[in-house]
Amino acid sequence: MEKIIGRPSLLLPSDELPLAFCPGCQDPIVGRIIAEVLEETDLAEKAVCVLGIGCSSFPGFMLDIDLINGPHGRPPDLATAAKRIYPDNLVFTIQGDGDLLSIGADPLLGALSRGEKITIIMLNNTVYGTTGGQAAPTTLVGQKTATTAEGKDPGRFGYPIHAAEMIATFQGVAYSARGSLHTPANFRQTKKYVKTAFEKQMNNVGLSFVEILVPCPTNWHLSPIKSLKRIEEEMINEFPLGEYKSIEQIEN
Amino acid sequence: MPDRIFTEGNEAICWGAISADCEAYFGYPITPQNEIVEFFAREFPRRGKVFVQTQSEVGSINMLYGALASGARAMTSTSGPGWSLMQETIAAMVNAELPAVIIDVQRGGPGGQPIRHAQQDFLHCVHGGGSGDYKNIVLTPGSAQECCDLTQLAFYLAEFYRNPVIVMSDAIIGQTRETVEVGKLDFGPLPEKDWAANGRCRHNDNKRHFVEHSAGFTPRYESYGAFLEKLDRKISQMQKNEVRYKQYEVDDAELVIIAYGYTSRVAQEAINRARAEGLRVGMIRLLTAWPFPSDLIREKARDCKLLVVEDSLGQMYEAVQCAVQGLTDIYKIGILDRHLPTDGGMILPSKVLEKIRAIFADKGK
Repeated sequence: MEKIIGRPSLLLPSDELPLAFCPGCQDPIVGRIIAEVLEETDLAEKAVCVLGIGCSSFPGFMLDIDLINGPHGRPPDLATAAKRIYPDNLVFTIQGDGDLLSIGADPLLGALSRGEKITIIMLNNTVYGTTGGQAAPTTLVGQKTATTAEGKDPGRFGYPIHAAEMIATFQGVAYSARGSLHTPANFRQTKKYVKTAFEKQMNNVGLSFVEILVPCPTNWHLSPIKSLKRIEEEMINEFPLGEYKSIEQIEN
Repeated sequence: MPDRIFTEGNEAICWGAISADCEAYFGYPITPQNEIVEFFAREFPRRGKVFVQTQSEVGSINMLYGALASGARAMTSTSGPGWSLMQETIAAMVNAELPAVIIDVQRGGPGGQPIRHAQQDFLHCVHGGGSGDYKNIVLTPGSAQECCDLTQLAFYLAEFYRNPVIVMSDAIIGQTRETVEVGKLDFGPLPEKDWAANGRCRHNDNKRHFVEHSAGFTPRYESYGAFLEKLDRKISQMQKNEVRYKQYEVDDAELVIIAYGYTSRVAQEAINRARAEGLRVGMIRLLTAWPFPSDLIREKARDCKLLVVEDSLGQMYEAVQCAVQGLTDIYKIGILDRHLPTDGGMILPSKVLEKIRAIFADKGK
C-alpha cells in the first residue's frame, strides 16, 4: 500500500533534545524535508549531518542520524573530512546564512574550490536569529535589524550575497538551487531540490548546494502569516527561486 | 617502511605518524614545517590515506575535527601564526573529547621577519588560547629520533585520554638531519571508538551518535558541571602520570640547566665543556612542557642553582619560577643572548658556557 502521509520515522520525538524554535519558524520543516528524503532514498544509515552554530542548524537535532557539531561557520571543513574518511557516506551540512557566508566564508570557499563531494543546505532568513536579529550578509537593502535600526545602508553595510548564484559559478559544483517553504507547492519543490542535491553527491558528481528561504517572525517583528507574505513579496524578488546549476558530470 | 634513515626532525614526525597508523593529514604550508605537508602530500595518497591541503590553518584544525569525529586517527601540523589560528577549535576538541594530534614546529612570531627559528610558543602551547577550562599534554622532542617516537606517543596519549596532544618542536630540531630508527612502538591497548559519528550502519547499536562540543546541552553529560568534573579528573590524571623528562649529569650538580628542544642540545654541549673544566653542571631536559616536572625542579632547587636556557624572552622561565617558589636563584639565557643581533642568530654553547662560568665565579665570592 502506498504511504500518502505520516510522520517520518527518522524524526525523533521532541523530548529527545530540546528544540528551541520560535512560533512561526520554518526551520523544523527543513528537518522534516530531510527526514522524508532520507527515508525515501534509504540513505539514513550512512548519513552524517554536520551542524553549525545558530538556530538554523537546530533541524539536525530532530534527525535520527549521526550528527557532528563544531565551531561556528566550520561545517564545510568538518564535512570535507567526514566525507574523505568515508566516501560512501552521505555527508551534508545544515547552516544559517551567517554561519556559511560570513564567519564561514573561508571553509565555504575552500570546499567550493576543491569541489568536495558534500551537500550544503543553507537556511536564509536575512538576519542573525539566535543572537537577536542583527544584520546578516543576506540582509536586504533598507531592512531594519538590530544593527541597522534605520534600515540597511548599502554604503556602509554593502549588499546581500546571492549564495545560490555565486556557488553555481564554481567548476567543482554539481548542483545549486534556491527554494522556499512559504506555500505547500514550494515545500514540494524544495524537497525535490534537496533530493537532487543528495543524488548528485551519491553519484559522486561534485558539491551540491540548496539555499532555503525561511522566515524569522521573532526578529522580523512580524506575525507568522505576515512573515510568509514578506518572503513572497520581498525576499523572492531579491533571491529568485529555482535551479541555478544541475549537471551530470564535471568537464575537466 | 624504512627501519633506519638519515632525516630531519620534520620528516621523522611523519614516519612516527605512519608507524602509529595515522589515517589522515590536513595541513597548510607555513615555514618551518613545510617538509611535513609535502611528505604527506607525497606519501598518503599512494598509501590510500587522506591528505588535504587546506585553505588555512582554520581549515586544517576543523578538518581534523571532522576526521576525529568520524573515528579516524588523524593529525595536523603548523607553526606559530597557524597555531594561533587553531585555538578556538582546539578548545572545542577538548569539549568534544576528540583525540587530536597537533604538531607545532616553533618559529619566532608573529610577523614574517623571525621565521627562521625561536622557542616563542611555549606559553601559547602550554596555556592554550581557546576558551573554557582545558589542558593539553605538550611533548617536546629534542632530536629527530624523539620527533618520531614522541609523535607515536602523542597518538597513544590522545586516544587514551580522548584529549588533544601537542608535539611542540622547533625549526632547528625540525630541520636538523640525524639518524632515526623507525619502529612501531607499543604503548598498550586503546579503547574502541564506539562514539564515532560515521553513519549508523557502522555502529554496533545502530543508534545515532552525536559528536559535539556543547556538553550539557546534549545527553552526553547530565549537565555542563558533570562534564567539568570529568575534565577535572582527566587533567589531574594527566598531571600525575604524564610528566616526562631526561636528566643529564644531574646527580652531583651544583647548577642545573632547564631546557628543551634545540636549546637543550646547545646546553648539553656547554655542560660537557664545563665539566671538562671541573664545573659541576647538569640538565633537566623536558620531554613534556605540560605537565611540567615541577616537583623534581623544586627538589633540585633546595641544593642547586638553576639556569633556564630557551630561545625566547623567558617563557619557560615563568614555569620554573612557579615550581621553585623562591627557593633558589634562577638565571636565564634567552633570545637576547644569540650570537648575532639578526634573526639568523642562535644561542651557542659558548654563550651558555660563559654564563655557567660566571655563575660559578659569582658563587666563589
